[in-house]
Amino acid sequence: MSDELVIEDLHVSVEDKPIIKGLNLRIKQGEIHALMGPNGSGKSTLSNALMGHPHYEVDNGTVTFNGTPILELESNERARLGLFLAFQYPTAIPGVTMANFLRMAVSSVRSESSNGSETTELIPMREFRRELRAKMKQLGVDESFARRYLNDGFSGGEKKRAEILQLAMLEPKVAILDETDSGLDIDAVRIVGESVNQLIGPNLGVLIITHYPRLLNYIRPEYVHVLLDGRIVESGGWELAELLEEKGYDPIREKYGIAETVPETDGEAEESSAFRG
Amino acid sequence: MQLSSELIQTRPRAHNVRTGDFSRDFVEEISRCQDEPKWMRERRLEAHDAYQSLLMPHTADDDEWRRKVDMRTQDYWRRTKRNMRGFNVDDYNPAAFSALDASETPASSGITKTQAESNEESSGVIAIEDGSPVESFVSKETERKGVYFADLNTALKERPDLVRSYFMTKGVTTETQLRSGNIPLRNKFDALHGAFWQGGYLLHVPKGVVVEVPLRVFIALSESGHADLSHTIIVADADSKVTILEEQVSSNGGVAGFHCGAVEIFAGQNADITYVQVQRWNQQVWNFSTQRAIAGRDSRLCWVSGTLGSRLSKLNQTAALEGAGSNVQMLGLTFTHSRQHVDVSTAQEHIAPHTSSDLLYRTVLRDRSQTAWSGNIYVYPDGQHTDAYQKNDNLVLSDRAHADTLPGLEIQAHEVRCTHGATAGPIDKEQVFYLMSRGLSRSQAEKMIVDGFFEPVMDRIPLDSVRGELQDSITQKLAAAK
Repeated sequence: MSDELVIEDLHVSVEDKPIIKGLNLRIKQGEIHALMGPNGSGKSTLSNALMGHPHYEVDNGTVTFNGTPILELESNERARLGLFLAFQYPTAIPGVTMANFLRMAVSSVRSESSNGSETTELIPMREFRRELRAKMKQLGVDESFARRYLNDGFSGGEKKRAEILQLAMLEPKVAILDETDSGLDIDAVRIVGESVNQLIGPNLGVLIITHYPRLLNYIRPEYVHVLLDGRIVESGGWELAELLEEKGYDPIREKYGIAETVPETDGEAEESSAFRG
Repeated sequence: MQLSSELIQTRPRAHNVRTGDFSRDFVEEISRCQDEPKWMRERRLEAHDAYQSLLMPHTADDDEWRRKVDMRTQDYWRRTKRNMRGFNVDDYNPAAFSALDASETPASSGITKTQAESNEESSGVIAIEDGSPVESFVSKETERKGVYFADLNTALKERPDLVRSYFMTKGVTTETQLRSGNIPLRNKFDALHGAFWQGGYLLHVPKGVVVEVPLRVFIALSESGHADLSHTIIVADADSKVTILEEQVSSNGGVAGFHCGAVEIFAGQNADITYVQVQRWNQQVWNFSTQRAIAGRDSRLCWVSGTLGSRLSKLNQTAALEGAGSNVQMLGLTFTHSRQHVDVSTAQEHIAPHTSSDLLYRTVLRDRSQTAWSGNIYVYPDGQHTDAYQKNDNLVLSDRAHADTLPGLEIQAHEVRCTHGATAGPIDKEQVFYLMSRGLSRSQAEKMIVDGFFEPVMDRIPLDSVRGELQDSITQKLAAAK
């Protein structure tokens, strides 16, 4: 039986403001989904809420992974079940090398013992190195990555490639790629897209969250969903992505009578400046 | 392994353990019993005069440790004073060497095993427990190069001229030190140290000699009520290079103790010194130390301080860049928990032109512990083309912990580049979330972040084994029950 991420009637708010307003989605291992939406539609809120970011409040609905409800679980327990989030803005952790971090992470998600055990047995160094080297080679990542501090001083493209390397090492069942193409030039998008393609197979379900269809030129999804104002308003196949590429989000907005929302980031900036004033 | 038991047995001992006897008579007795030269006796007595004329800092009205008068500083000083209240010098035995019974073999000492293991990777080892040397080993190669490395009481007999010229003359002194335009510093603990010093060591590296493998020193407190007044002198002559690793440990559980130390470092022209001091006293030890390094022309000093132990620590560290072109790096790692209090004052004194210094002190606090770092960069009128940097970062793991950070600049030259910065805050929740989303538990994530925070300092500690010990201490502190 393949694993499945099932989201039902999910409502999420941030600082008491509802962002996700009743979202339903099922992703099976081996399937590739794209979730497309304009800025402010709730894309990042969804991915953070699924991974358990404490800042995001789930007000209603259920999410199960292979039948297990996950919304009450800590983020690390979700990771251990096989859920992975490639962050839009990966956090830098100075002083922690990619290799040390990955060895701990891989050991944690693979360990048999129940969650949160403080004595995670690390996988043997030689075995780990061999595996890391192989994955780096497969993804065309320079070996010096292993010695660098996690995301510290990485360029935009390096950060995204580091996320994909982690994806490759952790071997999740379902991976969410949150705007993995944002902030990258076209070459970098191609490299990241090709890397993800290398990892796609019957054991990996993927949810690609994106504003622009350009990453989808490299990773062709079977299912395309449009997120607008916290709900999936349309689902379809590749043709839906093509329609968005051609006409943008306006026709869909008009169809559902949803005015253009203020982009999330700008909204935050305005809020904080109002605060200061 | 060559033990210095011979040395211990030939040493005359003071008659009794005399708790709280910090009298002038006892100074004379200590000096006489050890058959010290007249000049040393005189220095001890001068220091004793200073000791008697000064008040304990925490009882004095004039805040002699205070560098700047502003509200923040006063708050910080009040905290140190309050936490000093439990300290009474009369609870301690000044001439700790007297406690070593002639029948006691070094093997019974709690630290000997560590040294035996460390000899393999060392050019020399000195171990001092409760003020008495329990081991002294110098590798043949090191000896052949003309390096002198011995406990200070022995050095006073074997190399009196060296001791005479460096011991509390230009490094740490009991004289009033006037910093450029600053409040005069005069420290009762330095005076106490000068009068009753015992143990410690002298390292002299002759001109052009390179000591590849680190030298090691262990200073241990084991018996309750002992005062360790050990004195460090490191002299590296021109073009020499040496690494020295000094560890302060409680070798026998949680007994009360008192360390009143002084460290003097002299880097000659183009000399290269790495000095690492790791303090891991138990939490019943009061720890006071004044440390001063003098960097000669084109010399390089890498100075690393790890502070994990003690009930209360007050460190006063100064790097004086007296020679043109000299470079000093000061790195600090402090981790406090429970109710520990660590107060560090640093000074980077740019006296000569074209000097550079870089300070990075990183502190992690837990529980109700408190830390203070006040650091100053002084650029003297001749210190043109100074390049100085200082940074103090604090990771505060508990709402009840308190970190004070007081960076400061005093510049009297016009062509300089000086920058400083300080941060204090809790662990970044985004970092924790990121690591947890990759399968690490919350405590594993926090540990990884703390380790990463210390990495720039840890990276400069030369021996894997010492890094490992530090790492273990940090792990224990993170895991310790609140």
